[in-house]
Amino acid sequence: MAEIQEGGGGGHKGGKKRAKKQSTRIDMTPMVDLAFLLLTFFVLTATFSKPKSMELTFPAPPPPDQKPDEIKKGITFLLSKDNRIFYYEGQFRAAPDEKGPATELKELSFDQGSLHKYLLDKSKDMHERIKALDAKHQAGQLADTTFKRMVREVKADKESYTYLIKTDDEATYKNVIDVIDELNVNVVGKYVMVDILKPEYDLVKAKVGTN
Amino acid sequence: MSKKPSKGGAPALDMTPMVDLAFLLVTFFMLTASFRMAEPVVVDPPSSIGEVALPDNHILVTIDNNGRVFFGISNSSAKMNALREMATKYKVPFTEQQIVKFSGLPSFGVDLRDLPAYIDAKEEARKNLKPGGGRKTGVPLDTITPNNQLKDWIAIGGREAIKMYNEAKSQAEATGADFKAEKPRYAIKCDAKTKYIYVKDVIKTFTDLKIYQFNLITSLEGGGTVINPSKK
Repeated sequence: MAEIQEGGGGGHKGGKKRAKKQSTRIDMTPMVDLAFLLLTFFVLTATFSKPKSMELTFPAPPPPDQKPDEIKKGITFLLSKDNRIFYYEGQFRAAPDEKGPATELKELSFDQGSLHKYLLDKSKDMHERIKALDAKHQAGQLADTTFKRMVREVKADKESYTYLIKTDDEATYKNVIDVIDELNVNVVGKYVMVDILKPEYDLVKAKVGTN
Repeated sequence: MSKKPSKGGAPALDMTPMVDLAFLLVTFFMLTASFRMAEPVVVDPPSSIGEVALPDNHILVTIDNNGRVFFGISNSSAKMNALREMATKYKVPFTEQQIVKFSGLPSFGVDLRDLPAYIDAKEEARKNLKPGGGRKTGVPLDTITPNNQLKDWIAIGGREAIKMYNEAKSQAEATGADFKAEKPRYAIKCDAKTKYIYVKDVIKTFTDLKIYQFNLITSLEGGGTVINPSKK
Protein backbone atom coordinates (compact mmCIF):
# COMPACT_ATOMS: atom_id res chain seq x y z
CA MET A 1 0.00 0.00 0.00
CA ALA A 2 1.10 3.49 -0.62
CA GLU A 3 1.78 5.02 2.67
CA ILE A 4 2.54 8.30 4.18
CA GLN A 5 5.93 8.17 5.53
CA GLU A 6 5.75 8.51 9.16
CA GLY A 7 8.27 10.75 10.81
CA GLY A 8 11.88 10.29 10.03
CA GLY A 9 12.30 7.73 12.73
CA GLY A 10 14.04 8.27 15.90
CA GLY A 11 17.42 9.08 14.45
CA HIS A 12 17.10 12.82 14.47
CA LYS A 13 17.31 15.03 17.33
CA GLY A 14 15.92 18.49 17.44
CA GLY A 15 12.60 19.62 16.02
CA LYS A 16 13.86 22.11 13.44
CA LYS A 17 14.95 19.56 10.92
CA ARG A 18 11.75 17.56 10.91
CA ALA A 19 9.84 20.10 8.92
CA LYS A 20 12.25 19.87 6.02
CA LYS A 21 12.30 16.13 6.01
CA GLN A 22 8.55 15.84 5.72
CA SER A 23 7.60 13.33 3.06
CA THR A 24 6.25 14.35 -0.32
CA ARG A 25 4.45 11.06 -0.81
CA ILE A 26 0.73 11.26 -1.31
CA ASP A 27 -1.77 8.61 -0.49
CA MET A 28 -2.75 7.36 -3.93
CA THR A 29 -5.31 4.84 -2.76
CA PRO A 30 -8.45 6.89 -3.56
CA MET A 31 -7.15 7.78 -7.00
CA VAL A 32 -6.33 4.18 -7.77
CA ASP A 33 -9.73 3.13 -6.47
CA LEU A 34 -11.39 5.57 -8.82
CA ALA A 35 -9.22 4.53 -11.73
CA PHE A 36 -10.16 0.91 -11.28
CA LEU A 37 -13.78 1.76 -10.79
CA LEU A 38 -13.82 3.57 -14.12
CA LEU A 39 -11.84 0.80 -15.72
CA THR A 40 -14.33 -1.78 -14.57
CA PHE A 41 -17.21 0.33 -15.78
CA PHE A 42 -15.80 0.80 -19.26
CA VAL A 43 -14.74 -2.80 -19.60
CA LEU A 44 -18.18 -4.01 -18.67
CA THR A 45 -20.08 -1.58 -20.84
CA ALA A 46 -17.79 -1.81 -23.84
CA THR A 47 -19.27 -3.29 -26.98
CA PHE A 48 -16.59 -3.77 -29.52
CA SER A 49 -18.62 -5.14 -32.31
CA LYS A 50 -19.99 -2.60 -34.65
CA PRO A 51 -23.07 -4.03 -36.24
CA LYS A 52 -22.18 -6.09 -39.25
CA SER A 53 -24.18 -6.03 -42.39
CA MET A 54 -24.79 -7.94 -45.53
CA GLU A 55 -24.83 -6.10 -48.81
CA LEU A 56 -27.64 -7.04 -51.08
CA THR A 57 -28.58 -5.74 -54.49
CA PHE A 58 -32.02 -6.20 -55.88
CA PRO A 59 -32.53 -6.31 -59.61
CA ALA A 60 -34.05 -3.26 -61.22
CA PRO A 61 -37.26 -4.12 -63.02
CA PRO A 62 -36.61 -4.55 -66.73
CA PRO A 63 -38.10 -1.99 -69.08
CA PRO A 64 -41.71 -2.95 -69.91
CA ASP A 65 -41.03 -3.54 -73.59
CA GLN A 66 -38.20 -5.98 -72.91
CA LYS A 67 -38.82 -9.62 -72.23
CA PRO A 68 -36.98 -10.83 -69.16
CA ASP A 69 -34.15 -13.31 -69.77
CA GLU A 70 -35.24 -16.87 -69.56
CA ILE A 71 -33.60 -18.82 -66.80
CA LYS A 72 -32.03 -21.94 -68.22
CA LYS A 73 -31.10 -23.84 -65.11
CA GLY A 74 -33.09 -22.63 -62.17
CA ILE A 75 -33.53 -23.92 -58.67
CA THR A 76 -36.37 -22.43 -56.69
CA PHE A 77 -36.40 -22.36 -52.92
CA LEU A 78 -39.72 -21.91 -51.24
CA LEU A 79 -39.66 -20.87 -47.61
CA SER A 80 -42.52 -21.46 -45.27
CA LYS A 81 -43.41 -21.45 -41.57
CA ASP A 82 -41.58 -23.44 -38.87
CA ASN A 83 -38.27 -22.97 -40.71
CA ARG A 84 -39.31 -25.32 -43.46
CA ILE A 85 -37.73 -25.04 -46.84
CA PHE A 86 -38.77 -26.70 -50.09
CA TYR A 87 -37.22 -26.67 -53.48
CA TYR A 88 -37.74 -27.79 -57.04
CA GLU A 89 -35.51 -27.67 -60.07
CA GLY A 90 -36.28 -26.27 -63.47
CA GLN A 91 -39.51 -24.79 -64.71
CA PHE A 92 -42.68 -24.96 -62.69
CA ARG A 93 -45.25 -27.32 -64.16
CA ALA A 94 -48.68 -27.54 -62.61
CA ALA A 95 -49.52 -30.64 -64.63
CA PRO A 96 -47.33 -33.09 -66.52
CA ASP A 97 -46.72 -32.12 -70.12
CA GLU A 98 -44.39 -33.22 -72.93
CA LYS A 99 -41.36 -31.66 -71.24
CA GLY A 100 -41.65 -33.54 -68.00
CA PRO A 101 -43.79 -34.50 -65.04
CA ALA A 102 -45.59 -32.09 -62.74
CA THR A 103 -43.44 -30.22 -60.24
CA GLU A 104 -43.03 -31.88 -56.91
CA LEU A 105 -41.55 -30.15 -53.93
CA LYS A 106 -38.67 -31.70 -52.05
CA GLU A 107 -37.76 -30.66 -48.58
CA LEU A 108 -34.46 -29.51 -47.14
CA SER A 109 -33.63 -28.40 -43.64
CA PHE A 110 -31.54 -25.71 -42.06
CA ASP A 111 -30.47 -27.53 -38.92
CA GLN A 112 -29.21 -30.81 -40.34
CA GLY A 113 -27.12 -29.07 -42.94
CA SER A 114 -28.98 -30.68 -45.80
CA LEU A 115 -29.30 -27.31 -47.50
CA HIS A 116 -25.57 -26.86 -47.21
CA LYS A 117 -24.86 -30.29 -48.66
CA TYR A 118 -27.33 -29.78 -51.46
CA LEU A 119 -25.76 -26.51 -52.51
CA LEU A 120 -22.28 -27.91 -52.19
CA ASP A 121 -23.24 -30.73 -54.48
CA LYS A 122 -24.85 -28.43 -57.02
CA SER A 123 -21.91 -26.07 -57.20
CA LYS A 124 -19.14 -28.66 -57.12
CA ASP A 125 -18.15 -28.05 -60.73
CA MET A 126 -17.89 -24.36 -60.24
CA HIS A 127 -15.85 -24.73 -57.07
CA GLU A 128 -13.41 -26.99 -58.80
CA ARG A 129 -12.97 -24.50 -61.59
CA ILE A 130 -12.49 -21.66 -59.15
CA LYS A 131 -10.04 -23.73 -57.13
CA ALA A 132 -8.01 -24.49 -60.24
CA LEU A 133 -7.92 -20.80 -61.04
CA ASP A 134 -6.99 -20.02 -57.46
CA ALA A 135 -4.10 -22.48 -57.57
CA LYS A 136 -2.81 -20.80 -60.71
CA HIS A 137 -3.23 -17.42 -59.09
CA GLN A 138 -1.32 -18.53 -56.00
CA ALA A 139 1.46 -19.87 -58.16
CA GLY A 140 1.76 -16.47 -59.76
CA GLN A 141 0.65 -17.56 -63.21
CA LEU A 142 -2.33 -15.24 -63.23
CA ALA A 143 -2.46 -11.56 -62.53
CA ASP A 144 -4.90 -10.34 -59.86
CA THR A 145 -7.21 -8.64 -62.29
CA THR A 146 -7.26 -11.57 -64.71
CA PHE A 147 -7.99 -13.91 -61.86
CA LYS A 148 -10.88 -11.82 -60.62
CA ARG A 149 -12.32 -11.53 -64.10
CA MET A 150 -12.08 -15.26 -64.68
CA VAL A 151 -13.74 -16.06 -61.35
CA ARG A 152 -16.54 -13.71 -62.29
CA GLU A 153 -16.90 -15.43 -65.64
CA VAL A 154 -17.11 -18.82 -64.00
CA LYS A 155 -19.78 -17.56 -61.65
CA ALA A 156 -21.80 -15.94 -64.41
CA ASP A 157 -21.60 -19.05 -66.56
CA LYS A 158 -24.87 -19.73 -68.36
CA GLU A 159 -24.59 -23.39 -67.46
CA SER A 160 -24.44 -22.78 -63.72
CA TYR A 161 -27.60 -22.64 -61.67
CA THR A 162 -29.65 -19.58 -60.90
CA TYR A 163 -31.30 -19.68 -57.51
CA LEU A 164 -34.67 -18.15 -56.92
CA ILE A 165 -35.81 -17.44 -53.38
CA LYS A 166 -39.51 -17.23 -52.76
CA THR A 167 -41.38 -16.94 -49.51
CA ASP A 168 -44.92 -17.54 -48.43
CA ASP A 169 -46.64 -15.28 -45.90
CA GLU A 170 -45.37 -17.21 -42.88
CA ALA A 171 -41.65 -17.34 -43.59
CA THR A 172 -39.42 -15.36 -41.27
CA TYR A 173 -36.68 -12.92 -42.08
CA LYS A 174 -34.15 -15.20 -40.43
CA ASN A 175 -34.86 -17.98 -42.92
CA VAL A 176 -34.35 -15.64 -45.83
CA ILE A 177 -31.05 -14.44 -44.40
CA ASP A 178 -30.01 -18.04 -43.73
CA VAL A 179 -30.63 -19.05 -47.32
CA ILE A 180 -28.79 -16.04 -48.70
CA ASP A 181 -26.00 -16.77 -46.27
CA GLU A 182 -25.76 -20.35 -47.36
CA LEU A 183 -25.68 -19.23 -50.97
CA ASN A 184 -22.91 -16.77 -50.14
CA VAL A 185 -20.93 -19.44 -48.32
CA ASN A 186 -21.13 -21.59 -51.41
CA VAL A 187 -20.07 -18.64 -53.59
CA VAL A 188 -23.08 -19.08 -55.79
CA GLY A 189 -22.98 -16.64 -58.62
CA LYS A 190 -26.59 -15.84 -59.22
CA TYR A 191 -29.51 -15.64 -56.87
CA VAL A 192 -32.55 -13.46 -56.76
CA MET A 193 -35.55 -12.84 -54.53
CA VAL A 194 -38.82 -13.22 -56.37
CA ASP A 195 -42.51 -13.10 -55.50
CA ILE A 196 -44.18 -16.44 -55.05
CA LEU A 197 -46.67 -17.58 -57.69
CA LYS A 198 -50.14 -18.77 -56.82
CA PRO A 199 -49.67 -22.44 -57.89
CA GLU A 200 -46.40 -22.60 -55.97
CA TYR A 201 -48.07 -21.11 -52.95
CA ASP A 202 -50.83 -23.70 -53.10
CA LEU A 203 -48.28 -26.48 -53.39
CA VAL A 204 -46.40 -25.23 -50.34
CA LYS A 205 -49.62 -24.87 -48.39
CA ALA A 206 -50.58 -28.42 -49.27
CA LYS A 207 -47.19 -29.66 -48.02
CA VAL A 208 -47.21 -27.67 -44.83
CA GLY A 209 -50.79 -28.59 -44.14
CA THR A 210 -50.41 -32.32 -44.55
CA ASN A 211 -47.27 -33.09 -42.61
CA MET B 1 18.82 2.27 -1.29
CA SER B 2 15.70 0.21 -0.76
CA LYS B 3 13.96 0.97 2.39
CA LYS B 4 13.50 -1.98 4.61
CA PRO B 5 10.11 -2.26 6.09
CA SER B 6 10.60 -2.48 9.71
CA LYS B 7 8.74 -2.20 12.87
CA GLY B 8 5.73 -4.06 11.54
CA GLY B 9 4.56 -1.15 9.37
CA ALA B 10 2.85 -1.71 6.00
CA PRO B 11 5.30 -2.96 3.41
CA ALA B 12 5.91 -0.27 0.84
CA LEU B 13 4.91 -1.38 -2.63
CA ASP B 14 5.62 0.62 -5.71
CA MET B 15 2.24 1.00 -7.32
CA THR B 16 3.30 3.32 -10.10
CA PRO B 17 3.32 0.73 -12.96
CA MET B 18 -0.04 -0.62 -11.93
CA VAL B 19 -1.56 2.83 -11.75
CA ASP B 20 0.00 3.69 -15.09
CA LEU B 21 -1.57 0.67 -16.65
CA ALA B 22 -4.91 1.31 -15.03
CA PHE B 23 -5.03 4.83 -16.37
CA LEU B 24 -3.86 3.73 -19.77
CA LEU B 25 -6.73 1.29 -19.95
CA VAL B 26 -9.20 3.83 -18.62
CA THR B 27 -8.11 6.27 -21.28
CA PHE B 28 -8.34 3.62 -23.97
CA PHE B 29 -11.83 2.54 -23.04
CA MET B 30 -13.01 6.08 -22.62
CA LEU B 31 -11.78 7.09 -26.03
CA THR B 32 -13.07 4.03 -27.82
CA ALA B 33 -16.43 4.00 -26.08
CA SER B 34 -19.29 5.28 -28.13
CA PHE B 35 -22.49 5.39 -26.27
CA ARG B 36 -25.23 3.78 -28.18
CA MET B 37 -28.47 5.62 -28.35
CA ALA B 38 -31.36 3.75 -26.86
CA GLU B 39 -33.29 2.33 -29.76
CA PRO B 40 -37.05 2.72 -29.65
CA VAL B 41 -37.47 -1.03 -29.94
CA VAL B 42 -35.34 -4.04 -29.23
CA VAL B 43 -34.48 -5.81 -32.43
CA ASP B 44 -32.45 -8.98 -32.48
CA PRO B 45 -31.03 -9.40 -35.96
CA PRO B 46 -30.24 -12.85 -37.33
CA SER B 47 -26.65 -13.92 -37.71
CA SER B 48 -24.86 -14.14 -41.01
CA ILE B 49 -21.38 -14.41 -42.41
CA GLY B 50 -21.53 -10.86 -43.74
CA GLU B 51 -18.48 -9.00 -42.55
CA VAL B 52 -19.15 -5.56 -43.92
CA ALA B 53 -19.35 -3.09 -41.07
CA LEU B 54 -22.36 -0.82 -41.10
CA PRO B 55 -21.27 2.50 -42.61
CA ASP B 56 -21.42 5.44 -40.20
CA ASN B 57 -23.36 7.49 -42.65
CA HIS B 58 -26.59 5.64 -43.11
CA ILE B 59 -30.32 5.83 -43.41
CA LEU B 60 -31.78 3.12 -41.26
CA VAL B 61 -35.13 1.42 -41.47
CA THR B 62 -35.82 -0.84 -38.51
CA ILE B 63 -38.59 -3.42 -38.56
CA ASP B 64 -39.62 -5.11 -35.33
CA ASN B 65 -41.24 -8.52 -35.10
CA ASN B 66 -44.74 -7.08 -35.24
CA GLY B 67 -43.98 -5.41 -38.52
CA ARG B 68 -43.77 -1.89 -37.12
CA VAL B 69 -41.40 0.30 -39.06
CA PHE B 70 -38.94 2.79 -37.56
CA PHE B 71 -36.91 5.34 -39.43
CA GLY B 72 -33.66 7.09 -38.65
CA ILE B 73 -30.93 9.13 -40.34
CA SER B 74 -27.45 9.18 -38.87
CA ASN B 75 -26.60 12.65 -40.14
CA SER B 76 -28.32 15.12 -37.82
CA SER B 77 -28.39 18.12 -40.16
CA ALA B 78 -29.85 15.97 -42.92
CA LYS B 79 -32.39 14.80 -40.37
CA MET B 80 -33.39 18.35 -39.50
CA ASN B 81 -33.75 19.36 -43.12
CA ALA B 82 -35.76 16.24 -43.87
CA LEU B 83 -38.14 17.02 -41.02
CA ARG B 84 -38.62 20.59 -42.26
CA GLU B 85 -39.47 19.34 -45.69
CA MET B 86 -41.80 16.64 -44.38
CA ALA B 87 -43.52 19.24 -42.17
CA THR B 88 -44.26 21.41 -45.19
CA LYS B 89 -45.39 18.50 -47.29
CA TYR B 90 -47.79 17.06 -44.71
CA LYS B 91 -48.69 20.49 -43.24
CA VAL B 92 -47.74 19.52 -39.70
CA PRO B 93 -46.30 22.48 -37.79
CA PHE B 94 -43.07 21.99 -35.86
CA THR B 95 -41.30 24.55 -33.69
CA GLU B 96 -37.61 25.20 -34.25
CA GLN B 97 -36.93 23.72 -30.82
CA GLN B 98 -38.69 20.52 -31.74
CA ILE B 99 -36.68 20.24 -34.94
CA VAL B 100 -33.42 20.64 -33.04
CA LYS B 101 -34.50 18.13 -30.43
CA PHE B 102 -35.57 15.72 -33.14
CA SER B 103 -32.09 15.74 -34.68
CA GLY B 104 -30.70 14.22 -31.50
CA LEU B 105 -33.21 11.41 -31.25
CA PRO B 106 -32.59 7.88 -32.49
CA SER B 107 -34.99 6.16 -34.87
CA PHE B 108 -38.65 6.97 -34.40
CA GLY B 109 -41.72 5.00 -35.27
CA VAL B 110 -44.75 7.25 -35.32
CA ASP B 111 -47.02 8.90 -37.80
CA LEU B 112 -45.81 12.38 -38.70
CA ARG B 113 -48.95 13.87 -37.13
CA ASP B 114 -47.95 12.35 -33.79
CA LEU B 115 -44.34 13.37 -34.09
CA PRO B 116 -44.59 16.75 -32.26
CA ALA B 117 -46.09 15.01 -29.21
CA TYR B 118 -43.48 12.26 -29.51
CA ILE B 119 -40.62 14.76 -29.54
CA ASP B 120 -41.99 16.66 -26.55
CA ALA B 121 -42.57 13.53 -24.49
CA LYS B 122 -40.09 12.47 -21.85
CA GLU B 123 -37.77 9.68 -22.78
CA GLU B 124 -39.46 7.02 -20.65
CA ALA B 125 -42.90 8.14 -21.76
CA ARG B 126 -42.01 7.86 -25.45
CA LYS B 127 -42.24 4.10 -25.46
CA ASN B 128 -45.74 4.06 -24.09
CA LEU B 129 -46.99 7.00 -26.05
CA LYS B 130 -50.42 6.32 -27.39
CA PRO B 131 -50.81 7.87 -30.79
CA GLY B 132 -53.76 10.15 -31.28
CA GLY B 133 -56.75 9.22 -33.38
CA GLY B 134 -56.32 5.49 -32.84
CA ARG B 135 -53.39 5.34 -35.21
CA LYS B 136 -51.00 2.46 -35.13
CA THR B 137 -47.41 3.05 -34.15
CA GLY B 138 -44.69 2.66 -36.72
CA VAL B 139 -44.07 4.88 -39.69
CA PRO B 140 -46.99 4.31 -42.05
CA LEU B 141 -46.15 2.69 -45.35
CA ASP B 142 -49.45 1.92 -46.93
CA THR B 143 -48.71 0.92 -50.45
CA ILE B 144 -52.29 1.43 -51.57
CA THR B 145 -53.48 4.66 -49.97
CA PRO B 146 -51.33 7.70 -50.66
CA ASN B 147 -50.12 7.77 -47.05
CA ASN B 148 -46.74 6.18 -47.63
CA GLN B 149 -44.79 8.38 -45.23
CA LEU B 150 -41.88 5.97 -45.19
CA LYS B 151 -41.42 6.49 -48.90
CA ASP B 152 -41.28 10.25 -48.43
CA TRP B 153 -38.92 9.93 -45.49
CA ILE B 154 -36.57 7.74 -47.50
CA ALA B 155 -36.76 9.94 -50.59
CA ILE B 156 -36.31 13.23 -48.73
CA GLY B 157 -33.90 11.85 -46.13
CA GLY B 158 -31.78 10.20 -48.80
CA ARG B 159 -31.65 13.36 -50.87
CA GLU B 160 -30.67 15.47 -47.86
CA ALA B 161 -28.03 13.00 -46.74
CA ILE B 162 -26.45 12.97 -50.19
CA LYS B 163 -26.61 16.77 -50.28
CA MET B 164 -24.78 16.94 -46.93
CA TYR B 165 -22.20 14.50 -48.19
CA ASN B 166 -21.62 16.49 -51.37
CA GLU B 167 -21.41 19.76 -49.44
CA ALA B 168 -18.85 18.32 -47.05
CA LYS B 169 -16.92 16.92 -49.97
CA SER B 170 -16.77 20.14 -51.95
CA GLN B 171 -15.87 22.03 -48.81
CA ALA B 172 -13.04 19.63 -48.13
CA GLU B 173 -11.86 19.95 -51.70
CA ALA B 174 -11.92 23.74 -51.52
CA THR B 175 -9.83 23.82 -48.37
CA GLY B 176 -7.66 20.91 -49.37
CA ALA B 177 -8.46 19.05 -46.19
CA ASP B 178 -8.67 15.30 -45.90
CA PHE B 179 -12.06 13.96 -46.76
CA LYS B 180 -12.97 10.71 -45.16
CA ALA B 181 -16.76 10.61 -45.00
CA GLU B 182 -18.58 7.85 -46.79
CA LYS B 183 -21.53 8.11 -49.08
CA PRO B 184 -24.79 7.52 -47.27
CA ARG B 185 -26.08 3.96 -47.52
CA TYR B 186 -29.48 2.50 -46.92
CA ALA B 187 -29.64 -0.06 -44.16
CA ILE B 188 -32.44 -2.36 -43.07
CA LYS B 189 -32.39 -3.75 -39.59
CA CYS B 190 -34.88 -6.39 -38.87
CA ASP B 191 -35.68 -8.87 -36.14
CA ALA B 192 -34.96 -12.52 -36.89
CA LYS B 193 -38.57 -13.46 -36.13
CA THR B 194 -40.15 -10.85 -38.34
CA LYS B 195 -42.23 -12.32 -41.10
CA TYR B 196 -40.62 -11.71 -44.43
CA ILE B 197 -43.72 -10.14 -45.95
CA TYR B 198 -43.20 -7.07 -43.76
CA VAL B 199 -39.64 -6.77 -45.00
CA LYS B 200 -40.89 -7.19 -48.53
CA ASP B 201 -43.12 -4.14 -48.14
CA VAL B 202 -40.16 -2.05 -47.04
CA ILE B 203 -37.99 -3.35 -49.87
CA LYS B 204 -40.81 -2.61 -52.29
CA THR B 205 -40.82 0.96 -51.00
CA PHE B 206 -37.10 1.20 -51.67
CA THR B 207 -37.26 -0.32 -55.13
CA ASP B 208 -40.15 2.00 -56.02
CA LEU B 209 -37.72 4.82 -55.35
CA LYS B 210 -35.16 3.14 -57.60
CA ILE B 211 -32.91 2.26 -54.69
CA TYR B 212 -31.66 -1.25 -55.22
CA GLN B 213 -28.73 -1.58 -52.87
CA PHE B 214 -29.06 -2.09 -49.17
CA ASN B 215 -27.10 -3.24 -46.21
CA LEU B 216 -29.03 -5.78 -44.23
CA ILE B 217 -27.85 -5.56 -40.65
CA THR B 218 -26.96 -8.88 -39.11
CA SER B 219 -24.96 -10.02 -36.14
CA LEU B 220 -21.73 -11.81 -36.75
CA GLU B 221 -21.80 -15.56 -36.90
CA GLY B 222 -19.08 -17.44 -35.09
CA GLY B 223 -17.02 -20.14 -36.72
CA GLY B 224 -17.99 -22.04 -39.82
CA THR B 225 -15.92 -22.87 -42.82
CA VAL B 226 -16.19 -20.49 -45.67
CA ILE B 227 -15.32 -21.55 -49.14
CA ASN B 228 -14.27 -18.34 -50.69
CA PRO B 229 -10.99 -18.58 -52.52
CA SER B 230 -11.66 -15.42 -54.46
CA LYS B 231 -11.90 -13.28 -51.28
CA LYS B 232 -13.61 -10.54 -53.16
